[in-house]
Amino acid sequence: MQTFTSFLPAAIVLTSFIGSVAVFFTKKNQNLREVWTFITAAINIVLLFRMAKWILAGNTYTYHIAEVLPGLPLFFNVDGFGMLFAFVAGSLWIVTSLYSIGYMRPLKEHAQTRYFACFALAISATMGVAFSGNVLTMYVFYEILSLSTYPLVTHHQDNEARGGGRKYLTFLLTTSIGFALPAMIITYLNTGTLTFSNAGIFSQTADPTLLLVLLLLFLFGFAKSGIMPFHVWLPGAMVAPTPVSALLHAVAVVKVGVFCVLRILTGVFGIDLLSSTSLSTVVCVIASITVIVSSLIALTQDNLKRRLAFSTVGQLSYIVLGAGIATMYGVMGSMTHIAMHAFGKITLFFCAGAIYVATGKKYISQMVGLGKQMPITMIAFLIGSMSVIGLPLTGGIISKWYMVLGAMDSGRIWILIVYLISSLLNAAYFFPIVYNAFFCKEEDSQYPNKIKEAPLPALIPPVLTAIGTFLLFIYPELFLNFAKVAVGVSK
Amino acid sequence: MIDQAPALIVVIPLLAALFITVIGVYKPRLSWILTVLTFVITSIFTIITLKQVVVIGPVYYMFGNWPAPFGIEFVIDHLNALIIAMISIVALLVAIYSKHDVKKELGDKIPHFYSLFTLLVTGLLGITMTGDAFNLYVLLEVSALTSYALLALSKGRAYIATFNYLIMGTIGACFYLLGVGYLLINTGSLNMADIATIINANTYSYAVLAAFLFIMIGMWTKMALFPLHGWLPNVYTYAPTSTSCLLAPLMTKVSVYVMLRMMTSVFNYDYIFNVLQWQQVIVALAVLAILAGSILAFRQDNLKRMLTYLIVAEIGYMVGGAWLGNVNGFTGASYHIIADGFMTLCLFLAIGCIIYKIGDSSLASMKGIFKKMPLTMVGFLIGAFSMIGIPPTCGFFSKWYLLSGAYEAGAWPFFVALLVSSLVNAILFFRIIEVGYFHALPEEEPNHNHPKHKRDEAPLSMIIPLLTTAGLLIGIGIYTADIVTYLIRPFINTFL
Repeated sequence: MQTFTSFLPAAIVLTSFIGSVAVFFTKKNQNLREVWTFITAAINIVLLFRMAKWILAGNTYTYHIAEVLPGLPLFFNVDGFGMLFAFVAGSLWIVTSLYSIGYMRPLKEHAQTRYFACFALAISATMGVAFSGNVLTMYVFYEILSLSTYPLVTHHQDNEARGGGRKYLTFLLTTSIGFALPAMIITYLNTGTLTFSNAGIFSQTADPTLLLVLLLLFLFGFAKSGIMPFHVWLPGAMVAPTPVSALLHAVAVVKVGVFCVLRILTGVFGIDLLSSTSLSTVVCVIASITVIVSSLIALTQDNLKRRLAFSTVGQLSYIVLGAGIATMYGVMGSMTHIAMHAFGKITLFFCAGAIYVATGKKYISQMVGLGKQMPITMIAFLIGSMSVIGLPLTGGIISKWYMVLGAMDSGRIWILIVYLISSLLNAAYFFPIVYNAFFCKEEDSQYPNKIKEAPLPALIPPVLTAIGTFLLFIYPELFLNFAKVAVGVSK
Repeated sequence: MIDQAPALIVVIPLLAALFITVIGVYKPRLSWILTVLTFVITSIFTIITLKQVVVIGPVYYMFGNWPAPFGIEFVIDHLNALIIAMISIVALLVAIYSKHDVKKELGDKIPHFYSLFTLLVTGLLGITMTGDAFNLYVLLEVSALTSYALLALSKGRAYIATFNYLIMGTIGACFYLLGVGYLLINTGSLNMADIATIINANTYSYAVLAAFLFIMIGMWTKMALFPLHGWLPNVYTYAPTSTSCLLAPLMTKVSVYVMLRMMTSVFNYDYIFNVLQWQQVIVALAVLAILAGSILAFRQDNLKRMLTYLIVAEIGYMVGGAWLGNVNGFTGASYHIIADGFMTLCLFLAIGCIIYKIGDSSLASMKGIFKKMPLTMVGFLIGAFSMIGIPPTCGFFSKWYLLSGAYEAGAWPFFVALLVSSLVNAILFFRIIEVGYFHALPEEEPNHNHPKHKRDEAPLSMIIPLLTTAGLLIGIGIYTADIVTYLIRPFINTFL
C-alpha cells in the first residue's frame, strides 16, 4: 500500500482537454480533426495502463491541483474504483469515436466539429470525476460534464432538440445546485473534511436524521444517476444523435451519475455506517422502486431508443441497489456492473443507430424481420441484451452474480426478488425484438431477404463491443480486480 | 514614494481629472490615453499597498502629518486593500474598454466623460480608504455628484432616471450624514477608530443607536437594498454603455463595503448581534431582495435591464451574509464584494460589446450571436457561469461561504433563497444561450446547412478587457483560499 504523487491522473484529464481544443482548431480538415480524437484516446489508454499495474498492487496515485478553499483542495486520488471507471470510459471512447464518424458522415450531420470537441471535453470531465479525491473535485467535474454535454444533446437545434436540452440542463443543474451543493456544504461543516475514505467520514454517533437528509440530498442531487423521479431528462435527451445517446448511456453521463452516488455511499457514508443503520434500507427501497417501475415503463415503449433509455434507468438503479446493500460483494458487484452494463448497453445503442443509418427506422414495430437484412447487427443486439438481462456467456452475469451474493449476505430476501423480477422484465422487453427480427412469419416480414448492413464504421463498433461483452464473461478479472482492490479484498 | 502610496492612490486620479478637463479642450484624443495611464499607475500602487498589507499589516497614512483623531487619516487594512485593488483594476479595464464606445455614443463630450470618470473613481477609492466618518461623506458626495453627471451625459429617458437617482442618492447621503452628526454629538470625534473606542459597547445610548440606524438606512438606500432599489434598474439601463460598466460593478459594492466597515470598525459587532439582535429582520430583507431581484429579472426581455435586477438580488447576498453574524457569513459577504464586482463587470462589458455592434440588447436580437461574436460570448458565458455559481468561477466560492454561514446560523430562508437565486440565474442565462447559440441568425434560413457566417466582433480594445475580466473570474476562484486566509480572515480576527 503506497501513495504515489504523480502528474499522471492530471495528464489524462489534460490530454482529452487538449484534444478537444485541437479538434476545435482543425475544423477545416475533417480527417486531421478525427485523428486528434484517436491520438488523445490512444494516449489516454497508454497512460491508464501505466497506472493500472500499480493500482492493482493496491497503491493509489494522488495529484494536488489547487487549494481553492482553505483546507479543502481540488485533488485527484486514483484508486481501484476510479481506475475501473476510467478504463470503461477510455476504452469505449475510442469505439464511440469510430462509430461517430460512421454515423455522422453518411448522414451529413452539421456542426461536426462542435460535436467532436464537446465529446472530447466530456471525456476529460469524466476522467476528472473518476480520479477525484474529494467531493468538491467530483462536483466541479460533474458540473463541467453537464455543461459540455448540453451542446451534444441539443445537436439538431430544432424545437425538439432544444426542448430536450432544456429539460436536460434544468434537471441536472436544479438537482446539483439545489441538492448536491447544500449536501456537500453541510457535510463539510459537520465533519470538517470531504476526502473520500473507505471507512466513511461521518462518526458513528452522527445525528441519524441529519444523515438521512444528507443521504437523500446526495442520492437525488447527482441526478445523472437517473433515480426516479429525477430520471425525466434521460428519455428526453434521446433526441440527440445516436452516438451521443451511446455516450450518455454507456460511457460518460449516466455512469458518472452512478459513479458519484457510489462514491458518496462508499466513500462518504462508508459501508459500515450504511449497514449498521437503516440508511442501507432507504437506498435499497428507493433504488428498487426505480428498477421495477422503469422496467415496466420500458415494456410499453415502441421507440427503440426510448425503450433502451428506460432500460438504462433501471440498470443504473441496479448499480445503486448493489451499493445500497452495503456488503462487500454487493459493492464489488455494483462497481463491476458499471463496466458490464456499459459494454452491453453501448452495443445496444450502436445497433439502434446502425439500424437507423441502414433503414431509417426508429420504432420496434417496424423491425419485424430485420434479422434477415441485418443479421450481424441483430446478433450483436442479442448479445448486448443478454448482458443487460444477466445471462451466461456475457459479462452481465458476473456482476449480477456478485450483487446477488451481496443481497444474500445481507439477509434481505426481498432484494433477491427484486433482482429476479427485474431480470424477467428485462427479458420481456428485449427478447421479443430479437425474436421478431429473426423468427417472424414470412408474410409479416417488412424486409427483403437480402443482407444489407450499415456501412462498416457503423457496423464494426457494435461487433467489437459485443465481442467485448463476451470476453468479459471469460475474463471478468479485467474489471473485477479493480473492484476488489477498491473495496479492499485481497485477490 | 511607497510610503506615500495611500495618498497617491487618490491624488493621482484627482489631479488627472483636473488635467484632463484642461487638456481636453485642446486635444480631446489625449484624454483617453491619460485616463488609461492614470489607472495603470493607480492599479500599480493599489497592488503594492495590497502586498504591503498582507506582508506587514494595516497601513496608516496621516494627511499633513496631523495625528489620528485630529487630522484626516487613511487606513488600509486587510478588507479595503482588496477593494481598492478591485476598484482601480475595474476602472482600468473600463477605461480601456470605453475608447470606441465613448467615441460612438458621446462624440463631442469625450473629455467631459473622462474627467468625470477619473473623479468618480477618485471618490470611490477615497471612500474605501478613509478612516474618517465625515471625510467619507464628502467623498461619497464626490462620487455621487460625478455619477449623476456621467449618467446625464446620455439622452432620453436617462434624464428622468438620473433625476430619480439624484433624489434617492441625496436622501441616502443625508441619512448617512445625520448618523455621523449623532456620532459627533456623542463622541466629539469623527475618526472611526476614535469613535469606536469612545462609545463603549455596554453603554450604548439611544443616540448612538439612532446614529447606527441612520447610517445603515443611508447605506441601504445607496446600495439599493430591496425595497429601496427602485432607482437602480432605470439608471443602469439607460446609462451610456461605458458609464454603466463603471457604475454597476462599483457603486453598490462600495456602499456594501461602507456598511461592513461601519458594522465592524465603528460600531461593535458583538453589540449589533447580541444586544440589538436585528439580524432576523435584516436577513429577511435580504431574502426578499434576492427573491424579488430574481423574479423581476425573470420578467425582463432586455438583457441589460435583466442584469440590473440581478444586481438587486446580489445585494441581498451581501447584506444577508454580513448580517448572519458568523465568520463564514462575513467571509462570504466580503468575498462576494470582489466576486460580484468582477462578475457584474464581465457581464456588462459583454452586453456593451453586443450593444456596440447590434445596437440593441433585447433577447430577440441575440439570435445567432455566438456565431457573430464568439469571443464576446465566451466572456459572457464565463460571467454567466459565475453568476450561476459553477465552479471554478468565483461565484461558486462566495456561494459556498454564504451557504455555510446560513447553515451555521440556521437561517434557512436565506439558505433556500441563495439556492433559488442560483437556479433562476441558470434559467435566465441558459435562455440567452439557447437563443444565442441554437437559433439561427435572423437573415438565415433555418435549415442545417449553415452558410458562411460573417464574424463581426467588437474592436480589440473592448474584447481584451472583457476576456481579462473573464480570466479574473476564474483566477479569483482558484485563489479563493489565499484571499480568504491572507486577507478576509485576518480582518475578521480583529473584531470577532
